[in-house]
Order: sequence, then structure tokens, then C-alpha cells
Amino acid sequence: MATEFHNLQELRHSASLANKVFIQRDYTEGTICRFQTKFPSELESRIERSLFEDTVKTLNNYYAEAEKIGGQSYLEGCLACTTAYLIFLCMETRYEKVLKKISRYIQEQNEKIYAPRGLLITDPIDRGMRVIEISIYEDRGSSGSSSGSSSTTSSSGR
Amino acid sequence: MSAVMIAKKITRKWEKLPGKNTFCCDGRVMMARQKGVFYLTLFLIVGTCSLFFAFECPYLAVHLSPAIPVFAIILFLFVIAMLLRTSFSDPGVLPRALPEEAAFIEMEIEAANGNVPAGQRPPPRIRNVQINNQIVKLKYCYTCKIFRPPRASHCSICDNCVDRFDHHCPWVGNCVGKRNYRYFYMFTLSLSLLTIYIFAFDIVHVVLRSVDSGFVNTLKETPGTVLEVVVCFFTLWSVVGLTGFHTYLISLNQTTNEDIKGSWSGKNRVQNPYSHKNILKNCCEVLCGPPYPSVLDRRGMIPEDSPALAPTDTPAASTAVNKSVNLVTQTTKTTAPLIPNEHTPDDAKPSIAALPEKSHSPKEEKPPSPGTPPKSPDPTPPKSPDPTPSKSPDTPSKSPDTPSKSPTDVKFPDGSKEMSQKL
Repeated sequence: MATEFHNLQELRHSASLANKVFIQRDYTEGTICRFQTKFPSELESRIERSLFEDTVKTLNNYYAEAEKIGGQSYLEGCLACTTAYLIFLCMETRYEKVLKKISRYIQEQNEKIYAPRGLLITDPIDRGMRVIEISIYEDRGSSGSSSGSSSTTSSSGR
Repeated sequence: MSAVMIAKKITRKWEKLPGKNTFCCDGRVMMARQKGVFYLTLFLIVGTCSLFFAFECPYLAVHLSPAIPVFAIILFLFVIAMLLRTSFSDPGVLPRALPEEAAFIEMEIEAANGNVPAGQRPPPRIRNVQINNQIVKLKYCYTCKIFRPPRASHCSICDNCVDRFDHHCPWVGNCVGKRNYRYFYMFTLSLSLLTIYIFAFDIVHVVLRSVDSGFVNTLKETPGTVLEVVVCFFTLWSVVGLTGFHTYLISLNQTTNEDIKGSWSGKNRVQNPYSHKNILKNCCEVLCGPPYPSVLDRRGMIPEDSPALAPTDTPAASTAVNKSVNLVTQTTKTTAPLIPNEHTPDDAKPSIAALPEKSHSPKEEKPPSPGTPPKSPDPTPPKSPDPTPSKSPDTPSKSPDTPSKSPTDVKFPDGSKEMSQKL
């Protein structure tokens, strides 16, 4: 049923994009970066709910860590101010370090969990931190089967 | 027969960004289009300080203390650094939605609105979110095709949605938003200190010299002093006032935009959901919070085969774009298509235009009630006109959410094209 892909390369070469799902931001706790953990219906047949929720929760935790306002961020802010913020030209901020961690995590999740199921997560920073974009791929061979509920798979994108 | 080798030109993403910003240094510097007033600011600061170093400092260093010019130099460099940092950085621009995301949002809106009978105006595109027991309305931006995050607003001068939008400051030639607000505040604060410093030592200098040579002779000997005093006098009122105003805003964790619109003014028991109710915490969050990264990726490179960002009609459009257009065509049969405007990729335009058009308010919706405050300028008492050396309080940008009086803003739902004409 669900076509198996073995790795990201195969996904890109032999699959065609069928649909995209966008996980929106969750603003209930203010303007901090957080994504909704609601499981989209389009992914129902593609991935287990728990895996998806784990991914989103881990991402939320990373972002919370990056934006945490506490001792370290005050120190960073005050130190930077005394140097007229020139220190940011040579030093990587904590936020940037966490973003790198997030990028590695997403890569790893794609390789291990999502690509084998024909899915691909795009790093939110590439979408303005507004959405987590999940691309759903179909194997070019199986043109008739549709996965997403709203996509009429116009048999493969050519 | 000669093989012509065409050098592969690297296109960086900043070259294809929509919006009305200008970029320098290969995307490292980002400013608004109109930079004239910024140059004036720079000129006034550098000019006044040069006069101070030329006329006052030699005398004061000898007669009072050499620490005076040293401190002045440090303060001057700090002011310039903050000004440049504010002016050149990305204020927190939110990139526009790519076609698939825009289509997805449209589908969600259609699903939420249900079927609107033909001829009836569809309901305004608003999402309600509860933040700290307050209902906050997220508005849809027709230009950027996104629901704006809380506290974001669309700057009509730069034609971008900016996160935690404060105002558009012509004096720094850029918007002031989430990423550069602290630099802007430090700039106004340090400029206030510099102005007070120069003004005070000008007076001291004139007094000391007058004791020796008389008042009129002093002015003849150091004509620069007169100019400095005039500049500083006018700057003082405006900049110090502005600093005071922003200190007040920071202590309440509000933006200029929210203050002017009266978003959290307290009527109907509406309170600011972002405030920690503690002045120190609010100050720490705004000034000492983590420095946010830019989500614009100006210097990323566009791969040659992907026209995702650029409006183009190359036949080799990416499959993703075609797919999304097909999805739009197939799934949204009768209802609001994506509103084409100058930023719609050309290959998406024909199919979109083919769908029945609805008359939406083209770019930004106008508020239902006309009671919102006019985009009046100054929170501080209006100061003397032009010779003001630098800063009369900043005019907030013509945020489209206020009933704008600009002739270029379209008042009524109209064809989308007109609305794209900007200042």
C-alpha cells in the first residue's frame, strides 16, 4: 500500500510530490515559537500519530530552549551591549546554536523516519518560522493511488 | 564557431525578494528605499560631533580634563554603531508565503467560511487566538498571503510584514521591529546622552571662555559652538522625549503601533497579554532577550533551475509550482482564488485569473469601524520644525490597519492591480 522508499535520494529521484501539509504555529502561549501538535488528516495513512507528535514536541522544546529568557540570555545581552553589539559579528548566539541543532535533528528525522514513509519535513526557518512544511510523495509508478484527502493526484507532476 | 563561455551568474535570494527594500554589500545590508532622511541624520550627528571635537575639545581637554573628549568619542562611536545597526539590519521581515502555502491557507479559509452566496461579501479573514486569556485577532495579509502572527504588521512603505512591528522610522531609514528594536532604543538613549553631553560642555566652554575674553569675543572665536548649541537644543527636546516614550513602552511591553491603535488601552477590559505585569521583567525581555535570527536568508543562493522566488514565465517551471496551481484549479472551483498581484509568479497567473473573481479588499483589509485613531505622528509634544537637528518623534508607518489618508491606498474592494501601486 504505502510505497516504501529507502532513503532521501531515492525519494527525490523516483517519487513525485503529491501534496504538502503545513503545520501552523500555536500562539496560545504568546509570540514564542511553537507549533501545533494536532495531527493532520492527510498524514493519517502515512505515519503513526505518536511519531509525528514526538517530532513536533521535540522541535517545540528546542525553540523554547532557544528563546528562553533567563540568566544566560541576560548575560549575553548585557555583554553584547557593552561591546556595542559588535561581538555578535564574531560570536554565534545561543539561538543560532540551537537552530543548528534543530537543523541536524530534522535531517536525522527525515532520514530515519519520514523518508522511508515518503514524507519530507522542511526546516521551519526556510519558511519564515511560520509553518512546518511536510511534503508527501507518491511513487511515480503508482499513479492511481492517492494519499492526501484533498489532492486529486493529477497523475504525477511530470 | 567560437564557443562562447557564459559565466554562471550566482543569484542570491536578496535579488529576488519582493518588497521595497534596498540591499547593499551583496545582501548583507538591508534598508528602506528612501534613505534621504537617514543621510541627514548621519550628517547631523557626524557634523555636530566634528564641530565639538574641533572647537570645544582642545580647550576643555586643556582647561578641564582630557577625559572629556575621550568620553565624547566613545559615546559618539556607540551612537554611530547603534544607528548603523538599526538601519542596516533586517527588522524581522516575514517572508511571503510560497504558492503552496498560500493555496493551503486559502483552502482552510474556504473551509471555515463555507459557501457564501454569490454577490455577498465574504467575511473578513480573521483568526482568533487566545493568548493569556485574551482573544487576539490575527489578520490576513493579502500581499504576503499569510495570517500575520500576533504583533506583526504590514509596513506599507517597505511592503513587508514585520514581526513585532513598532514603526517605520525615516530617520534611520528602516522599519523598527523585533530584531532591531533594542538597537533603536540604545540609539535614541545614547543619542540623548550625547546631545546632553555636548550641550552641557558647550555651555561650560562658553562660560569659561567668556570669563577670559568676554561673551561676544568667545562667540567670534568659536563660531561652531553657536551651531552646536542650536542643533543640540532642538535635538534635546525631540530625542529625549522619544527616549522617554520608548522607555514607557518597554516597561509596558507594548509597541508604538499598539499604542497608537489603542490595542491595549484598557477599554472593554482588554489588557496587554504580552506584558509580564512587572516593569523589570518587561524591560529584560525586550532589551536582554535573545537576539532573533533573520528568517529572510538574503545571501542564500538560488539554484538555477528553481524559479520559486522569482516571477518568471520560463516553461521549465518547477513541478511544485505547477502542482500547486493544479491543486488550486481543481479544488477551489467556485470560490476565492489567490488574488493575483504583481508578485504572483507569471505562470500561476493565467489559471488563477481564470477562476471566478471575488471582490476582496485587495491588500489589507480596512477595519470595520472607522473609529481607529488617525496615523498621527508624535507621542511627544510636537517640536519645532526643520532646523531640528535630528529627531522629531518618528511617524509610525502607514499601517494599513488604520484608515489611511494616503491617496494610493485603495479604500474599496477593487481589482488587485491598483492596490499594488504604492508610494
